Amino acid sequence: MLKTFAKGGIHPPENKLSAHVTILDLPVPKTVSIPLSQHLGVPAVPVVDKGDAVKAGQLIAKSEGFVSSNIHSPVSGKVVKIDKVPDTSGYKKNAIVIEVEGDEWIETVDRNGDLINTFDYSREEILKKILEAGIVGMGGATFPSHVKLTIPRGKKANYLIINGVECEPYLTADHALMMQKGEEILVGTMILKKVLDVDKALIGIERNKPDAIEHLTRLSEKYPGIEVYPLQEKYPQGGEKQLIKALINREVPSGGLPIDVGTVVHNVGTAFAVYEAVQKNKPLIERVLTVTGKSISKPSNFRVKIGTPISDVIEAAGGLPEDTGKIISGGPMMGKAINDLSVPVTKGSSGILILPEPEAKRKKIDPCIRCSRCINVCPMGLEPYLLMSLSQKNLFERLENEKVMDCIECGSCSYTCPSNRPLLDYIRLGKVNVGKIIRSRK
Amino acid sequence: MSKLITISPSPHVFGSQSVGRLMYGVILALVPALLVSVFFYGMGAIIVTLLSIGFCVLFEFLIQKFILKTEVRISDGSAMVTGLLLAFNVPSNLPWWIIMIGALIAIGVGKMTFGGLGNNPFNPALVGRVFLLISFPVQMTSYPVPGGLNTGYVDAVTGATPLGIIKEGLKSGLSISDLMKEVPGYLDLFIGKMGGSLGEIAAAALILGFLFMLFRKIITWHIPVTMVGTIALFTGILWLINPDKNADPLFHVLTGGVLLGAIFMATDYVTSPMTPKGMIIYSIGIGAITVIIRVFGSYPEGVSFAILIMNGFVPLINRYIKPKRFGEEVKHG
Amino acid sequence: MSSVVLFTIVSLSVLGVLSAIILFFVAQKFKVFEDPRIDQVEENLPAANCGGCGFAGCRNFAEALVKSESFDGLYCPVGGNETMEKVAQILGREAVAQDPKVAVLRCNGACDFRPKTNQYDGASSCAIESALYGGDTGCQYGCLGLGDCVDVCNFDALHMDPVTGLPVVNDTNCTACGACVDACPKDLFELRKRAKKDRKIYVACRNEDKGGIARKNCEVACTGCTKCFKVCPYEAITMNNNLAFIDADKCKLCRKCVPECPTNAIIEIGFPPPKIKEPADVEATDGKTGPAETIMKESKESINNKEE
Repeated sequence: MLKTFAKGGIHPPENKLSAHVTILDLPVPKTVSIPLSQHLGVPAVPVVDKGDAVKAGQLIAKSEGFVSSNIHSPVSGKVVKIDKVPDTSGYKKNAIVIEVEGDEWIETVDRNGDLINTFDYSREEILKKILEAGIVGMGGATFPSHVKLTIPRGKKANYLIINGVECEPYLTADHALMMQKGEEILVGTMILKKVLDVDKALIGIERNKPDAIEHLTRLSEKYPGIEVYPLQEKYPQGGEKQLIKALINREVPSGGLPIDVGTVVHNVGTAFAVYEAVQKNKPLIERVLTVTGKSISKPSNFRVKIGTPISDVIEAAGGLPEDTGKIISGGPMMGKAINDLSVPVTKGSSGILILPEPEAKRKKIDPCIRCSRCINVCPMGLEPYLLMSLSQKNLFERLENEKVMDCIECGSCSYTCPSNRPLLDYIRLGKVNVGKIIRSRK
Repeated sequence: MSKLITISPSPHVFGSQSVGRLMYGVILALVPALLVSVFFYGMGAIIVTLLSIGFCVLFEFLIQKFILKTEVRISDGSAMVTGLLLAFNVPSNLPWWIIMIGALIAIGVGKMTFGGLGNNPFNPALVGRVFLLISFPVQMTSYPVPGGLNTGYVDAVTGATPLGIIKEGLKSGLSISDLMKEVPGYLDLFIGKMGGSLGEIAAAALILGFLFMLFRKIITWHIPVTMVGTIALFTGILWLINPDKNADPLFHVLTGGVLLGAIFMATDYVTSPMTPKGMIIYSIGIGAITVIIRVFGSYPEGVSFAILIMNGFVPLINRYIKPKRFGEEVKHG
Repeated sequence: MSSVVLFTIVSLSVLGVLSAIILFFVAQKFKVFEDPRIDQVEENLPAANCGGCGFAGCRNFAEALVKSESFDGLYCPVGGNETMEKVAQILGREAVAQDPKVAVLRCNGACDFRPKTNQYDGASSCAIESALYGGDTGCQYGCLGLGDCVDVCNFDALHMDPVTGLPVVNDTNCTACGACVDACPKDLFELRKRAKKDRKIYVACRNEDKGGIARKNCEVACTGCTKCFKVCPYEAITMNNNLAFIDADKCKLCRKCVPECPTNAIIEIGFPPPKIKEPADVEATDGKTGPAETIMKESKESINNKEE
C-alpha cells in the first residue's frame, strides 16, 4: 500500500488529457495586462507610469509590506494604462497594461537554456533573489514564497517537501514540468534546502505519473538528500496539510502552519521558478499552464507570459469549442470559473479548463438526507452538512467552534453530495463571516 | 459565442451519486428478501408489498401536492423504500385497510409532518409499524405459517413467531431445551422458513442485501455489525448464565427482525447518526434495548421499539460525538 | 374494576398536587428580581424582534431603555415616535422624536437595462455570489437579484419583481429596521427620511465606474456627469467617485434634477404626473418616458394595488 493521507478524500475521474504533451512556448501576445494583486497579501504598488517604456524582466510594481510580492514586466513595450481590468477575482482590479514592442530584456537575465547545477550563494543572498524575483506559490495559492522561507524565530524546519502531486483532475502542467525540467526542479530544491537549512527534501508524486516518478528518482541520485515518494492517487493530496500527513505522518495543528510540524512545502513549479531566479536571474514572468477540456481540440501544456489574455491561450489550443459552458482558471475542484475571456494569466494560473455545456451546470438541489458522505470525505474531519446549515442560519459562534476555519475549501463535500447541495458555497461564506469576527476581536 | 458562459463557485465537477440512485440501490438490496418471502408466503407477500408501496407513494404524492403544496418528489424513491420496509414489517396476511392506515401514519405522521425527506427524526416505516402493532395487536401478531408459493392472502393459516413461542413457553414454565424442539431449526431460520413479518424471516437474503449495499457503498458496516454484535454479546452472556431460561445468541440474531432492523431499518440515513463513532454508540444502544425488551419485557421482540428509542437520541449523538478533527492531536516529530 | 379507576384518579391527583407544591417552592426560592418596568416597556414594543434598534430582541432593548439615563442612541424604528412616546411615559423621560425613514434600493438595473454577461449557477445567495464575482452583468456595483434582502425582511416589505429582477420596497410595510441594509452585500439599500405621501427622489445607482464604462454596462447608470449637481438649488447633491448622491435631509423634492439626468438614474416616486404643458408629460403619454421611470411607476402601482 502506497502512502497517502489517512482520513477522507475522493478520487474523481482524472481526465489528464494533456499528460504527455510537450510544453510549448506560447507566442508573445500584442498586449499584456498584469494585475497588481496576483498573490495573497497586499497588492503591489506600480513603479512605472503610463507612457513609460519597459523591458522584459524589469520591475514594474514593488511589493508593499512583507506579505506581498514584486511584479515584473514579462514583455518589452510601452505602458499604455494603469486601470481596472477584469481578473480571476471576478471583480475589476487595478492592472498595468503594456503594449508589446520589440523583444528587449534587461541585461542581468541569463536567457541561455543550459543547466547550471552548482551554486555558491549564502542563504541571505538566495532569499534576497527569491524576494526580488517576485516568486509566489505556483500551485495556485500564490502565497509569497519568501514568507514561507523565512522561518519564524524559535521554529526549525526538518523537512522540505516538494509538491509534485497534482491531484486536481485534468491538470498536467506540473507533470509536464517534472518531465522536461526535472533537473532544474532538483537544483531548485537544493537551493530551497540550503535556505531552510534542512538535510532532507521529499518529493511527493502520485502514482498516476509513473514516468515522472521514475525520471525524478533517477535524476535525484545525483542530488544528496532528495528522495522521491510515490503516493496513492487521492484528492486533495496536493493540499499542504494532507501532503505532510501522507509523507511524514504529522498533522499540522488546527490554525497552524506546516512549520509548526517542522516542514515547509513548495510546489515543483515554485522550485523551478526558484532555480530560474537564483541561477538565471530571471524573475517570475512566465509560467507553465495546461489548457484542457474534453471538447478542446488540442489539450496542451504551454509556457505563457504572465498577463497574456486567456482568449489567446485558448486560441493556441485550438480555439473555444462550440459547446463551451464554463471556463475555469485552475482545476475543476478548486479552480475559479472566469467571467470574461480577457482575464489575464497570472502567477497562480495552473490551467485553463473548458467544461462543455451539460457538465457546466449544477444539478438540482435536493434535501439533505444525512447520508454522512460529506463527513466521510472531509479530509479535515469536519462536518460539512452542519457547517452549511449553521452558515445559513448565521450562527457564527457555533461555526467557529465547529472549526469552520480549518476548512481547506477542497470541495470534496460538494463533489460527493448525492443531494447536490452547495455545501462549500455556504461554508466559504461562513468562513468569510467568522474570519471578520475573529479579526475584529484583535 | 452566443450563449453566456456560466460562473459558479468551485467545485465544478461532481460525483455521480444521487438520492434516487441510493434509494433504488436500497430497493434492489431488499429484493432477495422479498423473493424469499414470496416463496414462503405466496400471494399474500406480493399483495401486501404492492399495497404498502402503493399507499405510501400515493400519500406522499397527495400530501406534497395538496396539503404542503410543495414540489412533488415521489420519483426519488424514498417513499417506495418506506413502503417496502413497512411491508417487510407486517404479516403477509394483513388486511388492506390496516396497511393503508399504516402507510398514512408512516408517511403522514412519521415523515411529512416534520418536513419530508431528511427532516424526520424517526424512521417512518417503523412509526407506521409500531402504530399498527399497538392499534391492531391481533392482526399484527397473527403471522401466517410458511406454506409455499400458493398460499392465499387473508385466508392463510396463522401461527406464532419463534420468539413468541419461546416467550409464551417460558411464561408457562417450560425450559428452553423443551421449547427449542417446537421452533424451527437453525437452517430453517437462516433461509427463512418460519412465521414472522414479511421481510424479517430471510436471514440469508437479508445478508445478501447487506453485502450488496456494502459493495455499492450505500451504507457502511458500522451499524449492522455493531448492532448484531451487541445483541449476540448480551444474549450470549444471559445464555451462559442460565441456558435454561435464555435462548442462545444465534437464535436471537436470526429471529424477530434483528437482521432486517440492523441492515435496513437502523441504517436509515436520516434517522441514524452522522459519524462512525456515533453510529457505534447508536447501534450498541439499539442492541441493548432490544435485549432488554426481549428478555425482561412483555413483548417477544423489541427491535422496532429499540430503533425508535435510539432514533430519539440521534440529535444528541450528532451534537456531541464529533469526528476526529485533522490536527487535533498534535504530533511533534 | 371501579377500584382500579378510583386508585388511578387518587394517585394521579396526589402526584399532581405534590408536583405543584414543589414547583411553587422552587419558583419562590429561585425568583430573580427584575424591574417590573422592563415588562411594561416590552409590552409597548412591537415584539418584532427584528434587531432594528441594534439589540438582539425587544426584551434586550427594553432592558437597555430602563437601565439607561437618557434615550440617546436608543430608538425603535419599527414602533417609531409613537412607541417611544409611550415608553417615555412609562419611564418618565423625554422622548426624542426622529424622522421616520424608509428603505430605498439604489439600483435600477433591471434586466432590460443591464444585459447579463454571465450566467450565475452557484448557491442562491447574494452574499456568496458577491464574495466571488462582481455579478453576472457588466456592472459590479449593482443588484444581484438573488434576494438576500427579501429573506431577511421580517415585515413583508420586500419582494422580488419577476420582470425587473430587482427587489421592490413596500413603503407601507417598511419599518426602516435596517435588516436589508445589513444583508445587501452591495450596500444598495439606504434608509431615507420619509417625506409626505411617501414621495422620494434619489439616485438609483451605485456604479463608481467612469461614465462611459458605466453607461455601456447599464443604460440607467449614473455616469457622474454632474448635471444634477449643477442644477440643484439646495446643495443637496454631492458628487463622489463618478456618482451623484442626493442627501434626503437637504433635498426639498423640487424635482429640478430629475429631467436633467441623461440616463434616468434619478428616480422620483409618489409625485402627481407633471402638468400637461410640460414636455415630459407629452413623452409619457407617447410612451417614450425613460424606461426607468416607467418601471418604477409600474412597480409603485403594483404596490398600491396590493394595498387595496
